[in-house]
Amino acid sequence: MTTQTILPVDAGRLSELSLRSGEPEWLKESRLKALELAAELELPKLEKTRIDRWNINQYGSYKESAAIAALNEAPSSIAALVGSSEEGSLIIQRNSGAVYTRLAPELAEQGVIFTDLHTAVKNHGELVRRYLHTAVKPEEHKVAALHAALWNGGVFLYIPKNVVVDTPVQAIFLTDDAEASFAPHILIVADSNSSVTYVDNYVSGKSEAGLHNGAVEVFACAGAKVRYATVHQFGADTTDVTYRRAIVENDGAVEWIVGEMNDGDTASDTKSVLKGNGASSDAKVIAVGSGSQKLNYTTQAQHFGKNTPSNMITRAVMRENATSIINGITKIEKGATRADGQQTEKVLMLSPKARGDANPILLIDEDDVTAGHAASVGQVNPEQIYYLMSRGISRSDAEKLVIYGFLAPVVSQIPLEGLRNQLKSLVERKLGQ
Amino acid sequence: MAAEFVIEGLKATIEGKEILKGFNLQMKGGEVHAIMGPNGTGKSTLASSLMGHPKYEVTEGTVTLEGQDVLEMSVDERARAGLFLAMQYPSEIAGVTNSDFLRSALNARREEGSEISLIKFIRQMESKMKDLEMNPEFMHRYLNEGFSGGEKKRNEILQMMLLEPKIVILDEIDSGLDIDALRVVAQGVNAMRSEDRGFLVITHYQRLLNYIKPDFVHIMMQGRIVKSGGPELAERLEADGYEWVKEELGIEDEVVGQEV
Repeated sequence: MTTQTILPVDAGRLSELSLRSGEPEWLKESRLKALELAAELELPKLEKTRIDRWNINQYGSYKESAAIAALNEAPSSIAALVGSSEEGSLIIQRNSGAVYTRLAPELAEQGVIFTDLHTAVKNHGELVRRYLHTAVKPEEHKVAALHAALWNGGVFLYIPKNVVVDTPVQAIFLTDDAEASFAPHILIVADSNSSVTYVDNYVSGKSEAGLHNGAVEVFACAGAKVRYATVHQFGADTTDVTYRRAIVENDGAVEWIVGEMNDGDTASDTKSVLKGNGASSDAKVIAVGSGSQKLNYTTQAQHFGKNTPSNMITRAVMRENATSIINGITKIEKGATRADGQQTEKVLMLSPKARGDANPILLIDEDDVTAGHAASVGQVNPEQIYYLMSRGISRSDAEKLVIYGFLAPVVSQIPLEGLRNQLKSLVERKLGQ
Repeated sequence: MAAEFVIEGLKATIEGKEILKGFNLQMKGGEVHAIMGPNGTGKSTLASSLMGHPKYEVTEGTVTLEGQDVLEMSVDERARAGLFLAMQYPSEIAGVTNSDFLRSALNARREEGSEISLIKFIRQMESKMKDLEMNPEFMHRYLNEGFSGGEKKRNEILQMMLLEPKIVILDEIDSGLDIDALRVVAQGVNAMRSEDRGFLVITHYQRLLNYIKPDFVHIMMQGRIVKSGGPELAERLEADGYEWVKEELGIEDEVVGQEV
């Protein structure tokens, strides 16, 4: 393809921005190199999805965000997520930058680092540099390269060796200014035998269309456990392209919980690389599509280590004219003996015009493994609706029960009660009831 | 007021084939009517047509419950008007627990804001489950999923007991039940017999009627009732089979809707 590439920023402006933000030379170089790559690389190739036809060029430009002093000053669009308590650990990013950061004192005492990524670059430059862009590489494709060139705000979470964080650490990302670029980068490093749960929410409220180009990098060192829960609830104003990667070392574990509740076009790719022996991964994705949304969800597990189990479950409900492509890729490399890769993708369609496509893929280069997949695409069973209605339940309530029933086996496994309830109410909202 | 359930000249088709060919029946609260007949004579079609299964189309006739036109009602409206069908093959619904389902069904009969309290509901459900000798864990199991044939039938009766309908249709509730399960299910039904509740018991074995004593017995062939009588009719069928009925009425082939 020889499509003329129009980059959202030129090298001169990017370098000026980087300088003005006081970024070190290595980061400025990293951004400029990524921008060069962005000019050369193609868009990612998504199964049966023409992302090139999506609205993916509305990057906007970097704008300073005014910090807030207390949570009661948070924008009303995220008030419900924020709550009122000034406890726990929370970062709020609004458009291009963080506006609120709080780390619980007891975590700070244990050496936990939790700041926006710009601040982390200033204060913990070497630590950030060691990991940044090594899981989601700018070389992958144009979107990843542009992200690496332009990222802003973001989160850096570091858990020192043997530290177990019990309460979830949270972040909220809000885009409500279409002119401001919005490309948060989440970097989580869990050092050996540490454990943490991180939960974030993505919200929008723009008057014009914009793009979220997001990247998440999780590093679970030996024996570390990271649970990453994310809820995307952007409005129709936002096209969402998000790449999530975890690198898991010996006996480390990563757990993904992904709620895809956007109203705009969405492509997401969530991948665990099981590098060490005994490393494990569990991914749960629930999604509801409505309107004329185009959706492409991919979950991946790549096994290098021996004795590595992975499990991936996606359940998606499509209504109205929503179209979804759901891919599961289990890749077991030569030498990953006794790996066990399991995946299930299920789509429930609520209207004749909704479309769902489930593509389970197993790529196995080692003999001594177990692997399995299941996929199904179907409509609400009219016999079930009849049965429920024959007990006096109205058609709409009967459909609701069947839909929640379809999602329940995944939702009920979510270990955080607040998140479980939040997802339930988001599903209800997306179903328009 | 005792429920009055009247079926007149009911004709129904499935996929264009006429199965019910003018079915008539009148029943009142307090009465137990048994519909008996060999396989393929339209018994289950009768049950499904009365409840409003979308695959069956009623082409002629009327059905009224306490004077209300049942055929004009949607399936859920029929249920709320007091009709209950214990199905031969209840659906399995993954992800919906038995208790959530039953609570939704009970609340569908109540005004918004006056829903049954959770504690009261659980107490009721537990007590009825005990009567039916059901393991309490079935409360939290997904609706009928992985239930054995007998467990499904008990669960149908449990629903009947909690929903307290006016007219109960039992479609082959005895099929697939061993004698102990049959006894328990029949006990559940008998406990619900009352002056203001009528039962239509569909079966092709007389065995069930030893446990649920009918007031009236009707024999169904070729999509309609061909002979009616008291409990003695069922006993004669048990002893002599259906052949004598066919001979007496000059019926060669009792089934209906078969391809010729």
